[in-house]
Amino acid sequence: MPLSPVADAGARRDRRDRLRRFLSDWQAVVGLALVILFVASAVFAPWIAPYDPNAMDIPARMSGPSWAHLAGTDQLGRDTFSRILHGGRVALLIAAIGVSVSLVVGLILGMIAGFGPRWLDSLLLLVFDGVRSFPSIILALATVALTGPSLTVVLAIVIITSIPGYARVARTATLALRHAEFILAERSLGAGTTRILLHHMMPNVIGPLLILAAMDVPVVVSIEAGLSFLGIGVLPPRSSWGTILNEGYLLIRDAPWMVVAGGIPLILTTLGFTFLGEALRDTFDPRMGRER
Amino acid sequence: MAFYFVKRLGLSALVVGTVLLVLFSLLHMIPGNPAILALGTRATPEAIAEYTARMRLDEPVWVQFVHFVSQALRGDLGADVFSNRPVTAVIGDRIGFSLALILTGMGWAVLLGVPLGCLAAVRPRSWVDRVTGILSVGTIAVPSFLVAIWSLLLFSLQLHWLPAIGAGEPGDLSDQLSHLILPAFAIGLGWVGYLARMVRASMLEVLGEPYIRSARAFGLPPRRIVGGYALRVAILPTITLIGMGFGGLISSAVFAEIIFARPGVGKMIFDAVSDRNFPLVQGGVLVATAFYILVVLVSDLVIAWLDPRVRSSL
Repeated sequence: MPLSPVADAGARRDRRDRLRRFLSDWQAVVGLALVILFVASAVFAPWIAPYDPNAMDIPARMSGPSWAHLAGTDQLGRDTFSRILHGGRVALLIAAIGVSVSLVVGLILGMIAGFGPRWLDSLLLLVFDGVRSFPSIILALATVALTGPSLTVVLAIVIITSIPGYARVARTATLALRHAEFILAERSLGAGTTRILLHHMMPNVIGPLLILAAMDVPVVVSIEAGLSFLGIGVLPPRSSWGTILNEGYLLIRDAPWMVVAGGIPLILTTLGFTFLGEALRDTFDPRMGRER
Repeated sequence: MAFYFVKRLGLSALVVGTVLLVLFSLLHMIPGNPAILALGTRATPEAIAEYTARMRLDEPVWVQFVHFVSQALRGDLGADVFSNRPVTAVIGDRIGFSLALILTGMGWAVLLGVPLGCLAAVRPRSWVDRVTGILSVGTIAVPSFLVAIWSLLLFSLQLHWLPAIGAGEPGDLSDQLSHLILPAFAIGLGWVGYLARMVRASMLEVLGEPYIRSARAFGLPPRRIVGGYALRVAILPTITLIGMGFGGLISSAVFAEIIFARPGVGKMIFDAVSDRNFPLVQGGVLVATAFYILVVLVSDLVIAWLDPRVRSSL
């Protein structure tokens, strides 16, 4: 159904208002800036980084921060700043794949739980609760005990632990829409379940999920850094913020700058996505929002 | 209430059953002889034969599973591959360190976060509110293991205020307490801001309710209104949150134990993973998840006890 020109203009004005409100919030602007910084530094790391992240410079090993090495060097004389920039690529990769896969799977499972028969709903809820009853790091340790550490395991842990969160939100939203008039109308016109779910439910369900996704990135990035810190995630010599923290922790008495420098990008990234997620939520879904 | 309790208990038992199934299938999904996996590659053929018979590895998988569950229910989680001590005894030695850490960490966060949230809600836009706001955003963004590493660096290695590693001399309470401070600080810090924020939001909502207005109209002192009437309702979402957040708290405690070399269950699981000591991994994971499920159950029951509306909804 084409919108009338008046309604169309109204929708456009509404969108512009929201954008202006979004940009007048300092949290939103700071969050957006930090997220752009994170993505850009990760994507362009090979061009920005002053050194090869794996190039060893033994004479300069364990030297503190200086103009030559902004964040000092490690036990092999590798430049910590360059390693941090390259570590951002791992974080971005895990965040992008982990969040998008768990969002899609969670959306599908949640809509099935909300729209399907009662027994399927109960079964899926039980599975979600079962998965959530493993503290993520415990699940990771149990898995790594059997498979050995790898990037794939990190991704799998991230995806498995994130799915229930998305699925629950999608399920609640689907349940709320299940008996809405436009769905009933669709059904009486003879639309099949798949069509109803994909064309009519999904556009209404996906909004809150996207906000959740922004808030989920810090969790995902922290899990990757945490597992790599424990030595059960990304493996050396590949640099990740977690492996830098791991090597720094082992040298904490002699090279304290490594754990300081390795932690800062982690904080900036989580802060950025938290700010952005909250600002998005306040702008697009005031009901979910905090009191202002 | 009794029906609610039974129903909730049944749900928890189902989830524990699922966890057992997952743990069981983890050991059986990977290729190789489970006996060798459990006993280590240096096991003698006799030990392998004995283990195969004891765990009924030559029988159908479902018989093995039933056996595994019944053993676990009777408190037999197998034996440590290296020392041959029962897994339950090894966990028993260490669980005190983990419980002390988790309860202290959550305890100080609740004692500070809840009053902060109340104060911020009673006086919105005051300096308390602003400080709480900054604190909550700032602390939520820092992963707890980073707080642990940085506080180790700052308070132990640079300032020498507190000891860095271990859990203190056995029997020396003040030494043990001083070893508890930093890890408990690290795992609780994020929760202070989080709790303050949640309490503030639900308190603001409750303070606008008509019954609070009536209490005000009756001239009750504000402190009594907030502490006695409003907090009782406003705390409910926070209790759910604390219950569900225990999973995250357990994860943080694992990191804190590893970073501060504290001999708790988390460190035990981590070391057992490196040593490929599977019975210990299995037992530790089972205990950790069972503890988490128990906490969620208790928090749900507390809510049902405090809020009659919930009892009928499940």
